[in-house]
Formats: sequence, structure tokens, C-alpha cells
Amino acid sequence: MLSLVVLLPVAAAASLALARWLSDAVARRVWLAVAIAELVLVAALWAGFDAPKPGRLAYEEQVAWIPGIGSSYHVGLDGLSLPLVALTAVVFAACAAYALREQRRPRAQAALFLSLQTTCLGLFTAQDLILFFLWFDLSIVGMYFAIAGWGHGDAARSALKFFLYTFLGSLALLLGFIGLYVAAAPHTFDMVELTRNPPLAGRPVAAGLVLGAILLGLAVKTPTVPFHTWLPPAHTDAPAIGSAVLAGILLKMGTYGFVRIGMPMLPGAWRAWAWVVVAVGIVSILYGALVALAQNDLKRMIAYTSVNHMGYVVLGVGTAGLVARSDAEARTVAVSGAVTQMVSHGLITGALFLLAGVLHERAGTYDLDSYGGLAGPAPRFAMLLAVGAFASLGLPGFSGFIAELQVFAGSIAVAPVTAVALLGILVTAALFLRALQHLLVGATRGSSVGFTDLRAAEVWAVGPLLLLSLVIGLAPRTLLDVIEPAARTVVELVGR
Amino acid sequence: MSGAAWPEAALWLLAALPVVTGTLLCLAGRRVDALAAATSLVVATATFGLALVVAVERPSVSRPFMLASSLGLGVDGLAAITVVTVTAVALLVLAVAARQPGEAGAAPARFHGLMLLFLAAVVITVTATTLPTLLLAWEVMGATSYALIGFVWRDGARVTAGRTAFLTTRAADLGLYAAVAAALAGGAGLGLADLAAAAPGWRDVVAGGVLVAALGKAAQLPFSVWLSAAMQGPSPVSALLHSATMVAMGGYLLLRTAGLLAATGWAATAAAWIGALTALALGVVALAQRDLKQLLAASTAAQLGFVVLAAGVDAIAAGTAQLVAHASTKALLFLGAGLWLDALGTRSLAALTGAARRWRLLGLTMTVGAIALAGAAPLSLWATKDAVLTAVREVSPALYAVGLAAAALSAAYAGKVLVLVLRTIPAGAEDAYDDERPGTRRVDRLAQAPLVLLAAGAAALGVLALPPLAGSVQELVGGVAVPVDGAGLAVSAVLAVVVLGLVAWLVRGHRLPEPSWAGRWLGLATATRVVVVQPVYALAAGLARFDDSVLDAAVEATARGGLRMALRAARIDAVVDGGVGAVARGARRLGDLARRPQTGQLHDYYLVVAGGLAAAALVVLVTR
Repeated sequence: MLSLVVLLPVAAAASLALARWLSDAVARRVWLAVAIAELVLVAALWAGFDAPKPGRLAYEEQVAWIPGIGSSYHVGLDGLSLPLVALTAVVFAACAAYALREQRRPRAQAALFLSLQTTCLGLFTAQDLILFFLWFDLSIVGMYFAIAGWGHGDAARSALKFFLYTFLGSLALLLGFIGLYVAAAPHTFDMVELTRNPPLAGRPVAAGLVLGAILLGLAVKTPTVPFHTWLPPAHTDAPAIGSAVLAGILLKMGTYGFVRIGMPMLPGAWRAWAWVVVAVGIVSILYGALVALAQNDLKRMIAYTSVNHMGYVVLGVGTAGLVARSDAEARTVAVSGAVTQMVSHGLITGALFLLAGVLHERAGTYDLDSYGGLAGPAPRFAMLLAVGAFASLGLPGFSGFIAELQVFAGSIAVAPVTAVALLGILVTAALFLRALQHLLVGATRGSSVGFTDLRAAEVWAVGPLLLLSLVIGLAPRTLLDVIEPAARTVVELVGR
Repeated sequence: MSGAAWPEAALWLLAALPVVTGTLLCLAGRRVDALAAATSLVVATATFGLALVVAVERPSVSRPFMLASSLGLGVDGLAAITVVTVTAVALLVLAVAARQPGEAGAAPARFHGLMLLFLAAVVITVTATTLPTLLLAWEVMGATSYALIGFVWRDGARVTAGRTAFLTTRAADLGLYAAVAAALAGGAGLGLADLAAAAPGWRDVVAGGVLVAALGKAAQLPFSVWLSAAMQGPSPVSALLHSATMVAMGGYLLLRTAGLLAATGWAATAAAWIGALTALALGVVALAQRDLKQLLAASTAAQLGFVVLAAGVDAIAAGTAQLVAHASTKALLFLGAGLWLDALGTRSLAALTGAARRWRLLGLTMTVGAIALAGAAPLSLWATKDAVLTAVREVSPALYAVGLAAAALSAAYAGKVLVLVLRTIPAGAEDAYDDERPGTRRVDRLAQAPLVLLAAGAAALGVLALPPLAGSVQELVGGVAVPVDGAGLAVSAVLAVVVLGLVAWLVRGHRLPEPSWAGRWLGLATATRVVVVQPVYALAAGLARFDDSVLDAAVEATARGGLRMALRAARIDAVVDGGVGAVARGARRLGDLARRPQTGQLHDYYLVVAGGLAAAALVVLVTR
């Protein structure tokens, strides 16, 4: 069942790639149909999900693959991965709906994004480090083609920068994985095994080095300050759906690695380095928000807010390592907030990037100063952008609040000094209201004149993302009941 | 969810009804403009009815939410009084807006939708029983206020005013975020009633956070100035947000958490002093204003200062009475100011000279409102403010002195309004009108009806602070029992009359002081800009430059360095390759040389063999 969910998109992609006779219109619809089928399958997975006991997985499948090095095709779900699998299905479905109007090589684009969807689903379900790494790198390759092939502006250069930077990061990750493999007895790449018997328990220096390599790799992908500079150009020149997938899903591969690999497999080192992680989180929060405030390009601005938002995740997972200072409850809250933030950011920032794409599609620019009074010609766009902006600035009632309040509550309760990160939500509020002011209000002028309001497909792409964020914000239990037990498990694993 | 019992259902409905209708109105937008006002009135009436129901039945409901806490609503005595007040004022304000919408008439669906969403946030704030629930409603209140203040979005300055309001109050709201964290760490739970039991240390953080958030919303010092900017919103918005609800919620939160403030030892004292000083300073600011709405705004901050002061000395009953009386009085005055603005196109006090004589009923209600605001006996704020001061006198003479001075100031600024609008209409008054926008010169008759009700409230709600009702209110809301003090009431009444007379005399002679520092709201806006806003923008710009020209440049330089290394390696490679080529060429040359003796001539080979044998013989001879 789980493998079907993972591999269905790539199978569809292969068919699309081979079916040269298929018309563009059909190709677009096939993509949407597969994306919706995935949505239904994932909903079924969620409905049948029974939170597994610590150390166990739901929907587990294991097939021998490369037995010589202790690597197998091993997949499964728990409370950390299921929300991200669901997020993947949702964001890709939104992208498929948005791309219904794509004119440039839609068949190839559909095939590419369907393959990309498999790499994302594969990564979040992978329970073997080699498998994980495979999907990690393939996602980079896929996104490279998405940016280079369908981007605009200086797309080739931005795509190359993205590829080289994150690929380099993945090499650090691979180094760390090999370190884990070598240190494990018996040698294995199996993530469940490595979690059960964490290697390098009594060797702090070696464990620190291995964790350092893994953290470096994940920090590039997340990205955290100071490894984030590939992100703004990649977003600025990426197509709208590329940005949505990049911010919505690919960044989560980094943060997911923290809770899936770094924390449970190297608990001692994680505790030793927790303050560094916390500091990086706080710096990312404040630095990302402040730099975003100074941007005049909407996409660059949203890109920097991603650095800010991922900072909350990093702060949350870092807090989990401050074991000596607190009770497990507060640390669980912080980790639960971090995982919630991954989902929340995927929904909200995905929606914002799709909306930003509309700006480029209509008027060819993301420059805030080129617009004004957009609410006049484009009231639907204005309303969705305003809702998305308020959701992104953490307004209660939306998912971001559920995530950020947990991160704050948990981390401040553990280490009061982290309260300085609260300033992040104030700066975020300022920068989003500033952007709304530039784009939407006042006299209709510049590129706003003659701006066509959102079309049905665009509303159907963006609306559900924000609606889901609202549902999570008002009724978070459905999500939190899945996340919280898993967060508790992670906190216990780190506390070993 | 315990949906079985109907009072519980009524409480859920009280919150859900305005949320759902408000959202639908906003989403449907233009298409339902024609239905908006009627829908909104029906919903507001239903909300008021539900508020009455829950005020009597006192249900409480909850469902699981987050942080091991619930999304909880409940009605106790304090919430009962307040929820009835806010829904009543909302209904009356919406009734006026339905008849004479003014600027709100441009997009009725959006206006009424946002107002209902805002009302829902207020109702949830009032009835919240846990910190996360409170924070949820608290911030949504701020966000909807942004949209309402900036309602006329074609005018960028108004949206900026909304932004100022939202950012200022959100800055203060960070206190509530910290309070949630501290309550979690403090171990007593996130219920509002449990906060006082948090571990000391953490409890101080909770109290401090709640205090800061409340001061922000209540426009107390040093946050007051957002309220000045907010006056750019439509008049019904000011009448609802800036009288009975949003700002009042700041005072309400402190009344609700008075026990927590008192438990810390310092937070209650801080609240009392900030409240008293705000009442004093913003009283001076109000006196110096030349714009009616600005004067009313400053007076709102000042009057809420008395509520904050009451919370600080645990005089919850007196504070509640002050909150309710002020809500009625100030909603009335803002609505009246709005009707004048619509009709006469001005909010300048000088231009409004004699305005009360133009439309008899409107003039009468405004007169009642101004007299009540002045604290003159026997109208409402006289009794409520005095109840606060009586409680304060027990605690601190210094605080009492400040409060009394602030009371005198409220008589002064209200007197200024009263004297001007009651004068005979000067010749050439028409010329001074329409400085804001063209006035309609008409006031809807039915639109004045709600003002009559509010005026009745402004006149009579003082009974909440007088016997026999005062005792019941005290039992209902708790806090210290304040004995009714006849002498104090007399002092207050005389004080108000004396000040009113003095102001009338000063205004006639154009000698009423209007210090410019107070006219500019103590320079708070400038201070905020210079101390906070500009440095943050400068820092942001600096970091952005750093990001581009240092961090990113370093990455690019590394990449270029890699490329250079590669080129260098390529050059070394060329050298190596050259070496290999040279070796190959050398080998070939040697090969050529070696081929040379291979002539195929037998005698040449003999010669070689002979030479070889001779060399071998030589070697043998030498090595022997």
C-alpha cells in the first residue's frame, strides 16, 4: 500500500514521458488526476493510521536490496512522517491544479513533477539511510530541472547554484551516514536499527563529528543562516509551482532529517550540541525576518521568511536537546511545535508562492514598488494574499499560530533566553503588512492597471491550502494527536 | 463537547454565529452588499440575545485544543456583565451604521462581515477561560481592527494607521506569548483562573506578560499613540472598537487577572500607577486636542486608565462599573461625532461650534454624553469613577491625588466639547465645514434612535456603583468591597462642576491652554519612530546588504575559488601531460636510434656481435 502511494506518481510520470502522442490538455489532466488519486490514497493512509508504539512503524514494508552493506528497501510511517506525506500530497495537488494553465511543455512538466512527488514521498517514508539519501539527491536533480527548464530571469544560473550548493550539502550528509554505518555494530544503514541501538554512544568526539556532518548537510537544505543564500535566487527565478514545492516540501527534508536522523540516532551528541542548534535557530528567526523586511521583491521576501519560519523548527528541535534543564513535557511541546511548523509552513508558503507566481504571470515582475491598489482590479487575489500573509505572520486561527506558540512555549519554558525569538513574529507582521500595503492599497497604478484577477484554477490551487491552514488553526487535534506521541518518542530518544 | 444542554449550546453559538456570518459576508463580498446590513443586524440581535441567555445561565464549555489545554469558554459574573455590554453596544453601533453608514457604505458586506468577525473575537475574549483561547481571540481582534481601521483602502494613510494599531498592539501581545510559556513552565496550568498558582518566578513572568499585553490593547502608556492613528477609521469602527470593545478588553483582562497581579506583589502596583498616570497624561492630551475624534480617543485612554487603576487595587466591581459606563458614554460620543462628520464634513472642534443646536435629538444625546464624560453628578461616570477613587484612597494617598487630578481633567476636556457644541451657531459656520470631506447636511432620524439608548446608559449606568446595586455587582465579580463614600461622591461632584465652570470661562476668553506637546500626543509617535521603527529598518537594510555582499559573496567567491583551483589543476595537468608527451617523444627518439643499427646488412650485425664480444671480454678482464 505505502509503496504504491510512493511509486504511483513516478509510474504515471514514466507513462507520460513515453506517451509522445498525448495532447497537452490531456497531459495536464492526467497529472491532476494522479495528484488527486494520491490525495485520496494518503487520506486512506491517515484514516487507517494507528499510532505505532515507540520504535515501531505503521504500513511497514521491507525488501532486501543491497544486503552486502546492510541496506534494504525499508519504508514505514509514524507520527513524524505521516503529516509530511500528507503535506506532500496536498501541495503537489495544488501545484497540479495551478499548472492547468501551463503553456510551456506541459507533458514534460507533469512528468517531472510527478517524479519529484515520488522522491518527496519516498524520502518521508524511507527507513533506510541509503534509500533516504537516494531520494534526497534525486529531489535535488528534479528541482534543478524544474528551475532550469521552467524558470525565468537568470534561471540557469540560479538552478546551478541551487544544485551545487545543496548537492554539496548532501555529500556532507552522506559522510555522516557512512560514519553511522561504520560505527554501528553490526554495520547497517537501517534507520530503525540505528535508532534502536544508537552508535557512537560512548565516543563523544566521533559522535560530534558525525553529527556535525549530518547537521551541515541538513542545515544547507533547511536552510539555516548562514547556509541560506542559495534560497532567494532559486525562488526568485523558479516557476511558481517549483517555488511552492521547493519551499513547501523540499525544505522540510532538512528539518525532517533533524527529527528522524540527527536526534534519535545521535542523542548524546545532540544534547552536547543543543545550544548551538538553538542559537542557529534564534539567529535564523531574527536574521531571516529582518532581511525579509528589507526586500522589495515579493519572492525574495517570502524566501527569507522561509529562513525565519524554518528557524522556529530549528529552535524547537534544539530545545529538545536541553535535557538537563527541564521536564520532558516542555521539550515535547517544542518538538511537536517544530513538526507542526513543517506542515504549516508547507501549506502557507506554498500558497504564497503560488500567489506570487500570479504576479509574474500577469505583469512579469515581483517588484513591490511596481504595483499599487491591486485590490481594485483583483479583489480575489487581494483577499487570498491578505489571508495568506496573516496566516504566515502567525495569526491565531491559522496553523502557524499552533506551531509557533508550541515552539515558543516549549523553548521558553526550557530556556527563558529564547524569548528573544518572539521578536521574530513582530518583524514578520511588519514585513507582511508592508508588502500588502505596497501591493494592494492606494490608487491602482503601474503594473496593477489591467491586472486580471485570479482564475478558477488558481483559486482552487491556493484556496484549499489556506483553508487547511485555517482548519488546523481552529481544530488542531486531528494533526496534533498524530504528532504529539511521535514528538514524545523523539524527546525520550534524545533523553537516553 | 457537551452539546446536550442548551445553555452550553447557546455559548458555542454566541461565538460561532458572528464568526460564520462574518466570514460568509466577507467571502461573498459585493454580491451580498444589499443584504449585508440586515443580516448583520439580525446576527447582532441574536448575539445580544444569546449573551443575555449565557449571562443568566452561566454555562461553560470546552474542547481539546493545544498545550494540554482546551479551547474553553465560560461565563462568570464579570464575563456576564461584560458580554452583555459589548454585544449591546455592538448591536446599537451596527444599527446606526445600517441607517447611516458613511464611509462604510462603500462596501457594506465587507464592513459588516469584518465587524461581526471582530465582535466574535471580542465575545471569545470576554468568555475565554484559558490562555490559548484568550490569545487566539485577542490577536484576531487586533487583525480585524487592522482591516477595519484601514477600511477605506484607497487611502494608503488609513491602512498605515491600521498597521500602526496592529503592530503596536502585537508588540504588546508578545507579553501574552511569553505568559503562555511561563504558565506552561509554572506548572499550574493554562486556565486563566489557575495562573495565580504558578510557581513564583514564572508567575512574575505570567503577570508581567499579561500586564504588557493589556496595556497595549487598552492604549495605556507607553502604547497610547496607536489610538490616535486609529481615528482615521470610519466612525462606527471607532464607536465599537475604541470605546466598548478592543481598548476596553485591555482593562477587562486586568480585571479578570487582578488576583494574579496581586499575587506577584509588584504587578498590581505597576498597573495602578500606569493606569493613574495614563489617566492624568492622556487627560492633558485630550484637553489639548482640536479635533473631536482625537479628543475622544485620548479621553478613552484616560478613562480606561481608571479601569486599569481599579484592577491594580483589586476594586473589580468599581472597575467593571467604570468599564460599562464608559462603553455606553463613549460609543455614544463617537457615533455622534460620526454623524456630525457625515453631515457637516468636519471633526474640528472649532468648526463644530454650535453643532448641538443643528439637530435637536442628536445635540441632546451628545450633551448628555459630554456631561457624563465630565463626571458630573448624577450621571454614570461620576459614580463609577468615584468608586474607583474611593478604593484607591484606601491604598495610597499619592495614587489618589493623581486619580483626583485626572478626574478634574476629564471634567475639563469634556467641558471643552460641551461648551463649544452648545454655543450658538456662529455666523459663517458653513465656511468652516467640509474640511474633511463634503458633508451631506442631513442626519438620519432613525440613526439617532440608538444614540438615545446609549445616552440613557451614559446617564443611568452609575447605579452599578451606587447602593443598592453596587453590593450585588461586587458579589457578582469579586474583588475588595468598597464602601460607598458620601463625602467622596460630594467632592467629585463639586470638583466636576467647578472645573466645568472654569473651562466655560476659559473657553469664552480663548484662554484654555492647549499645550502643543500634549496636542502631539506627548510626541509618542515621533519617539516610537525614532527609537524603534527607524533603527529596525536600518538594521534590516544593513543585514540585507551583509547578506548579499558578505555571506552570498563569500559563497560565490568559494565557488569561483573552486573554479580557479580547477583551472590551476588543469594547468598542472597540462604540465604533467606535457611531461608524458615528452617521455613518449623521448622513447620514440630512442626507438628511432635503436632502429638505426637494424640495417638488414649481415656485415653490420657481425660488427655489432664482434663489438659486443670485445666489450664482454673487456668486462671480464676488468672485473677479475
